[in-house]
Amino acid sequence: MRRSVRWERMKIAKVPGKNNKHKVLMYAISTCAWCKLTKKFLKDNNIEYEYVDVDLSNIEGREKIRREILKRGGSLSYPAIIIDDKILINGFRKDEIKETLEI
Amino acid sequence: MITLGKVRQRAESDAKTHGYYLNPDPNFLGDLLEGLKRNEERYGYPSCPCRLASGKFEFDRDITCPCDYRDPDVEEYGACYCSLYVKKELYEGKTPILPVPERRPSEKQARAYRILAETPAEEPSGAAVVVAQELSEITLRLWYCKQCGYVCFREEPPYVCPICKAKREMFAELKIRTDA
Ligand code: SF4
Repeated sequence: MRRSVRWERMKIAKVPGKNNKHKVLMYAISTCAWCKLTKKFLKDNNIEYEYVDVDLSNIEGREKIRREILKRGGSLSYPAIIIDDKILINGFRKDEIKETLEI
Repeated sequence: MITLGKVRQRAESDAKTHGYYLNPDPNFLGDLLEGLKRNEERYGYPSCPCRLASGKFEFDRDITCPCDYRDPDVEEYGACYCSLYVKKELYEGKTPILPVPERRPSEKQARAYRILAETPAEEPSGAAVVVAQELSEITLRLWYCKQCGYVCFREEPPYVCPICKAKREMFAELKIRTDA
């Protein structure tokens, strides 16, 4: 069975949190367990963040995401977390995320 | 219809065949199986839950679960890219399960961003749909393993030969010529 998917260009979801010291944007895959773990980790730590599910974005959105990640020297693997528009962390690397977010 | 039970059963029996274990964290495992189910529903095949699928099976064949990269990743890192399949030491918690670097070649990954198989079901009317035709071309060819003779018909040779485990470099294109 094939279910139709609703394609968005690039839908940015915002998750509120008490700690908004850093700007956190995460590119994720909606079905990825590592991405889910990262989302939960940020939420549990009260971090305010935004995320985009790349697999639910359309071709233009995907191209944009691809360029944004590569531009910052990252690789196309998820989660790809961009902190303060410049630091990119690929994968749920807890220590690195903690250090960058000062938590 | 594909059920979660079926997805789980398939993964369990595949793990058994290869001497692997499934991720010991029930929530994490549940998320991965749910992801595989979701992908099978939306694409028609169980594409890797942690990677971006193009939606075209021929293109996503190498990342259709169990993917081409699983065995070399489990061997080198103790877990596949998603950590669905793990080695005994990781299953037992003796070694922590950490993120595994992506083994899929980056050129192949990049192309996945320009291929979208399905036409949007609810694309707002009037919006332009961009189709990168020349970039989405997928050519299927015959490949053979120079070590054991295994032959397959796909876009590129497998990462490792499923029969004799020879590396991708051992594959050569098989050209068939019919002489009149
Ligand atoms: S990385 Fe693991 S879960 Fe993902 S496709 Fe490969 S074997 Fe399946």
